[in-house]
Amino acid sequence: MNTWIQMIFYFGTLLILTRPLGTYMAKVYQGERLILDLVLGPVERFLYRLSGIDPRSEMTWKTYAVAMLLFNIIGLIAVYLLQRLQGFLPLNPQGLGAVSPDSAWNTAVSFATNTNWQGYGGEMTMSYLTQMLGMTVQNFVSAATGMAVMLALIRGITRHTTKKIGNFWVDMTRSVLYILLPLSLVLAMALVSQGVVQTFSEYQTATSLQSGETQLIAVGPAASQVAIKQLGTNGGGFFNVNSSHPLENPTPFSNFFQMLSILLIPAALCYTYGKMVGDTRQGWALLAVMTIVLVALLGVAIWSEQNGNPMFNEMGIDQVQSATNPGGNMEGKEVRFGIVNSSLWATVTTAASNGSVNSMHDSFMPLGGLVPMWMIQLGEIIYGGVGSGLYGMLAFVIIAVFVSGLMVGRTPEYLGKKIEAYEMKMASIIILIPVMVVLIGTAVALMSEAGRTTIFNPSAHGFSEVLYAFSSAGNNNGSAFAGLGANTPFYNIALGIAMLIARYWLAIPVLAIAGSLANKKKIPASAGTLPTHTPLFIVWVIGVIIIVGALSFLPALALGPIVEHLMIFG
Amino acid sequence: MTIKNKIQARREMYQRAVLESFIKLNPRWMVRNPVMFVVEVGSVLTTLLWIQSLIGKGEAPAGFIGAITLWLWFTVLFANFSEAVAEGRGKAQAESLRKARQDTPAKKVSSNVKTFERENFETEIVSSTSLRKDDLYLVEAGDILPADGEIVVGIASVDESAVTGESAPVVREAGGDRSAVTGGTRLLSDWLIIRVSADPGQGFLDRMISMVEGAKRQKTPNEIALNILLAGFTIIFLVVCATLLPYSIYSVDASGQGTPITLTVLIALLVCLIPTTIGGLLSAIGIAGMDRMIQRNVIAMSGRAVEAAGDVDVLLLDKTGTITLGNRQAVEFIPINGVAAQELAEAAQLASLADETPEGRSIVVLAKEKFGLRGHTVDGMHFIPFTAQTRMSGVNFNGTQIRKGAPDTMIGLIQSNGNGVASNLKPTVDSIARAGGTPLVVTRDNKALGVIHLKDIVKGGMKERFAQLRKMGIKTVMITGDNPLTAAAIAAEAGVDDFLAQATPEAKLKLIREYQTGGRLVAMTGDGTNDAPALAQADVAVAMNTGTQPAREAANMVDLDSNPTKLIEIVEIGKQLLMTRGALTTFSLANDVSKYFAIIPAAFASTYPQLNALNIMHLATPESAIMSAVIFNALIIIVLIPLALRGVPYRAVGAAQLLRDNLLIYGLGGLLVPFIGIKVIDMLLVALNLV
Repeated sequence: MNTWIQMIFYFGTLLILTRPLGTYMAKVYQGERLILDLVLGPVERFLYRLSGIDPRSEMTWKTYAVAMLLFNIIGLIAVYLLQRLQGFLPLNPQGLGAVSPDSAWNTAVSFATNTNWQGYGGEMTMSYLTQMLGMTVQNFVSAATGMAVMLALIRGITRHTTKKIGNFWVDMTRSVLYILLPLSLVLAMALVSQGVVQTFSEYQTATSLQSGETQLIAVGPAASQVAIKQLGTNGGGFFNVNSSHPLENPTPFSNFFQMLSILLIPAALCYTYGKMVGDTRQGWALLAVMTIVLVALLGVAIWSEQNGNPMFNEMGIDQVQSATNPGGNMEGKEVRFGIVNSSLWATVTTAASNGSVNSMHDSFMPLGGLVPMWMIQLGEIIYGGVGSGLYGMLAFVIIAVFVSGLMVGRTPEYLGKKIEAYEMKMASIIILIPVMVVLIGTAVALMSEAGRTTIFNPSAHGFSEVLYAFSSAGNNNGSAFAGLGANTPFYNIALGIAMLIARYWLAIPVLAIAGSLANKKKIPASAGTLPTHTPLFIVWVIGVIIIVGALSFLPALALGPIVEHLMIFG
Repeated sequence: MTIKNKIQARREMYQRAVLESFIKLNPRWMVRNPVMFVVEVGSVLTTLLWIQSLIGKGEAPAGFIGAITLWLWFTVLFANFSEAVAEGRGKAQAESLRKARQDTPAKKVSSNVKTFERENFETEIVSSTSLRKDDLYLVEAGDILPADGEIVVGIASVDESAVTGESAPVVREAGGDRSAVTGGTRLLSDWLIIRVSADPGQGFLDRMISMVEGAKRQKTPNEIALNILLAGFTIIFLVVCATLLPYSIYSVDASGQGTPITLTVLIALLVCLIPTTIGGLLSAIGIAGMDRMIQRNVIAMSGRAVEAAGDVDVLLLDKTGTITLGNRQAVEFIPINGVAAQELAEAAQLASLADETPEGRSIVVLAKEKFGLRGHTVDGMHFIPFTAQTRMSGVNFNGTQIRKGAPDTMIGLIQSNGNGVASNLKPTVDSIARAGGTPLVVTRDNKALGVIHLKDIVKGGMKERFAQLRKMGIKTVMITGDNPLTAAAIAAEAGVDDFLAQATPEAKLKLIREYQTGGRLVAMTGDGTNDAPALAQADVAVAMNTGTQPAREAANMVDLDSNPTKLIEIVEIGKQLLMTRGALTTFSLANDVSKYFAIIPAAFASTYPQLNALNIMHLATPESAIMSAVIFNALIIIVLIPLALRGVPYRAVGAAQLLRDNLLIYGLGGLLVPFIGIKVIDMLLVALNLV
C-alpha cells in the first residue's frame, strides 16, 4: 500500500508539472515574451554583445556542430586545468593537491559529456573552487548542450526547405538563463531548507558518540551543486557517496525533491517537443513510451529488492516487512529511504542519464541490479539526459517509423518528413555506437591484465561490475556498480574514451539528421500516413526499443546478473 | 502452351535457378548484399574449422561442425535461389521479347528525298543495326519494323502482339496521338515511312528486355535505406558475437569450470541473429515487384518508379476513357413551349440520322427506345453535316429545316431569323449544364422545339474505387476539357475529390507542380504529345502504349494495354512492394528472440549449467539446440520465397489498421513461430537419431 502511494505521489507530481514546465520551455525556445525577460533580458543581451554574437544569425548543422564541439572542448580543458592547478588556486581550505593526470582527464571528460562518472571521491579530491567553477559550471553547460542539440532537431522537423537549424550560442544561453538557473535556484533553496550544506568553511571536527573519538566531517557548497546535478541529469555528487550522504540528501523530502528533479526536465521536454512540432499528442506519445518502460522495470526492481536475499535468511536476518522494518534486501541502502525509494531512485537515475545514487547498486539483488544496468543499456532514452534522452528516443522512433512505414506501404515519413537513406544511416549510427562502446569496452577490460586486476569480485558479479562501468560510460549515465577499482589509469582512460565517443558520436549524427530534415519538403498528412501518436504506435516503439535492447545485451546479461540470479534462486 | 509444356518450362526454370544459386556464390556478387556476405564468410570459416576437426585438432566433433557448416551454406544458397527464381520469371519473358528484336532487314530511305509519293523515292536494304536516330525507313505489309520510330507518312494496321501480347491489330498513322511504332512489331497492311527515334540497343524493346531481366537493376532509394538498417543490425550482432568470446573466457576463468564458447557456435549464433530472412529475400522482393507490373502488362522503366507508385498521394485521371465512357449519350428529350415530347424526339432523330458520331447515334437510339420511332430516311432529304463554321448539323426536307447544335449557336440562329427565344429555353439549358450534362438545342424552321440532354456516363464501380483510394490516403483529381460547371457535376457523380476543368497542357503542368511543392507525389496517365511535359513532371507517369513517342519517352512506365484505370493497380503494386519489405524485416528481427533462448543456454552449458533455466523450449541437447536454430533459420528463407514473390496482400484500409494487422501477423507471428519451428526440428533431430 505504502509502495503504491509513493509511486502515485511521485509520478502524479511529475506528470502534473510536465505541462506547465513544458509550455514554459517552448515559450523560451520560441522567443515568446516572458515575465523573466524583465530581469534576464538585459543579461542575455549583454552576454551576446560581450561575446559579439548576433542572436538572429542562424547556423547550418555543420556550423552548429562545430560550435557545440568547440564549446565543449574548451570546457573540458578548463576543468582539466582547474583540477591540475587547484593547489595554487583559492577556495581550497583543505589544501587539496593536484589531481592525477588520468583522473583529471577522466573527470574533465565526464563532466563535459554530462556523464558525471566519478572515479574520485569529491571531499577527498576536489577543492571548493574546482567543484564550483569546474563541476557546477559544467553541470549547467553540458545539460544545456544536450538541450540545444535537441532544439536543433526539433527545428529540423518543423522547418522545411532550409539549411538553417538555429544558433547554438543562443540556444545554449537561453537554456541556462531561463530554464536551468531559475529551477536550480528554487531547488537549491528547498534542499537547504532540508539541511543540505552550503558553506565555504573548512571541514568540521566532531566528537563521535560511539567511542569518543574525533571525526572530520566534510562540508562545502553542496546544495547549489546538488540542485543542478539533478536538474541537468548530471549526477556527479559533491560527496563521494553521492545522494546517500546525509549532508547531500538528508531527509525523505530532500530525497523526493531530488528524484523529482531528475525526471522533471526530460519529461517536460516531451511536452515542449509536442508543442513545438504543433501536435502535443506527439510529445505525450513519447512520454507514454518512456513512462511505460520505466514503470514496468521499476516494478521488477522493487519486487526483486523487497523479495530479499535467501542468503540473509540463512544468516538469521529478518527480511519480513513490518511497521518498523522495511524488509527485503536492505544491504547498501539507507534506512531513511528504504526499499521503495532506493529502488525508485536507482531506476529513475539510470532511466535518465543522471547517475546520482542514494543506495549502492552493487548491493542490489541480481535482478534488481539488472534493471538499472539494462535501463542504461537501452540507450538512455527512457527519459534520458536533458535533451539527449529525447533525441536518442527520436532515433529509435525513426527506426520504428521506417519499419512500420514500410508495413503500411509507403516510403516512411515522420511528422511530414520522409525518412530516407541518409536518416537511416545516422539513426543506425546513433543506435550502434553505444552498443559497440559498451560491448567492446567490456571485452577489452576483460582481456587486459590492467582491466582484470581491479575486479574485486572475480565472478559473474565481477563481470557485471565491468559491464556496468562501460554501460554507464558508454551511455553517459555516470552511476557505478562499484566493487570495481575504477580510479586506475586503465579505467580512467578507457572510460574517458567511451564517454567521449558516446556523447559526441550521438550528438553529431543527430545534428546531421536535423540538417537533412530541415532541408526536406513537408508532406501533408493523409489517410495513408501512419499516425505516430496512437496507442498502437506507442506499443510498437516500445517493442522496437525492447527488442533492440534485448538483442544487443541479452548474451552479456546472461553471463552477469541473469546467471547470478539463477545461481541464488536455482 | 499445353499444361505439359508449362510444367516442363517450370521445371527448367527451377533447374536453372538452382544452378544460378551456386554461380551467385561468387564473393564479388555476394558483397552487394552485406547480410548474406557475412553468412558466406561465416560458412567459409566453419568449413575451415571442419577441415581442421577432420585432421583431428578440432574445437568440437567433426560431425557437429560439418552439420553446422552444411546448413550455413544452405542458408546462402537458399537466399541466392530466391533471387534466381525471381529473375527466372523475367528471363522467360525477355527470351520471347528478344526473338522479336532479331536483326531484321530495313528499307532505308535516302534522307534527301523531297516528297513522299510512293513512286518517288529509292530505298536500299540495310541491317536494322545500322539504322541511326533520325534515319528514315519504309515498311510495307508483312515487314517487321526494324526500329522504334515516329510515322512520317501513311496509315497502316500493325500487329503489336510481340510486345503487348494482344493479337488484335492496332491502327497507326502519321500525326496525332497514334504515331509511335515499336521495333519488332509487324505491319499488316499498307505502308509507312518512319523516322527512327532511337539508336540500336536503346530502343523500347531493348529497354524492356533489360528491365525484365533485371540486368541493369539498381537498388532503389528505399531498398538502400533498408539495406543500411540491416547492415546496422548486422554490425551490432557482429559485435555482440565477437565480444562473447572474451566474456566467455572470463566466465570460464571466474567460475573455474567449462570451456569457452567455440567459434563454430559463435558463427552459428551470428548467422541466426543477423537478419538473414529479409537480407536473403530483399532482392527477390524487388525483382518480383517489377515482375508483378509486367504480369499486368505494365513496363516500368525503373525500380524507383515502382517504389514511388506506392507513395503516390494524388492521382490525376483523365475524365474521358478513365472515369467516364469515351462518349456522351442522349438520356432525355425536354420539349419547350408545349411541343409534344414525341415531336421533339422525332425531329431530333431526323436531324441525327446522318450523324455518325457516338452522340448522334445515341440520339437515334434514345428516340427509338422511348417513343418507338424507327429512324427512316425520306426521299428528298438533304443532310447538313456539322462544320466548324456553322457549328450545327441537321436536315432539310419538304421545305422544313431541322437543326441541332450547342445552345449559344442555336440561340444565335433563332434570333438572326427574327424569332423570339422562348423564355423557358435558357433555364432548361442551364439546368442540364448544371447537372453536368451537355444540352443540344433542336430547332424546326428556326424555332426552338426543345433540348436534348447529353450526358457523360460514369463507368461502373468507379465511385467505390475512388472511395477505396480515399481510404488509402490518395486524392483523385479529374482532368477534363469541360467547363467548370459540367466538370463539377461529373466529379460529384464519380466521387473524385477534385477536378481541373478546361484543362490545357499548361494548366496540367502547373497543377502537378503545385501539388509537388506541397510535398505530394503525383501520378498521371497520358498519351498525347501535349501530355509529355506533364508526364515528365509527374512522379509516376504512365504512358499508354498507343500514345505518341514523346509521351512514351517522358513517362516512367508504359501500359501495354493502354488502360488508364490501371494506375490504381500500379499504386497497389508499389505499396505491396514496400509492405513486403517491412513485414519480412519485422519478422526477421522478431525471430531473434527465440534463437537466443535456444543458443545461449546451449553455448554456456559447460560454464554455467544454471542457464539451462532459459532453455524454455526444452531442447534435447546443446548441440541439437544450436542445430535446430540454424536449420530453422535456413529453412524459413525457403518457406517465405512464395510470399516474397507474391507480395504481402494489400487491402485498402487506413494505415493504422494495416499496421495493426501486419504487426500481429509478422511481428507477433515472427516472435512465436520460431519457438514452435525450432522445437519441431529439435524433436525431428532426436527422433532421427541425428544428435
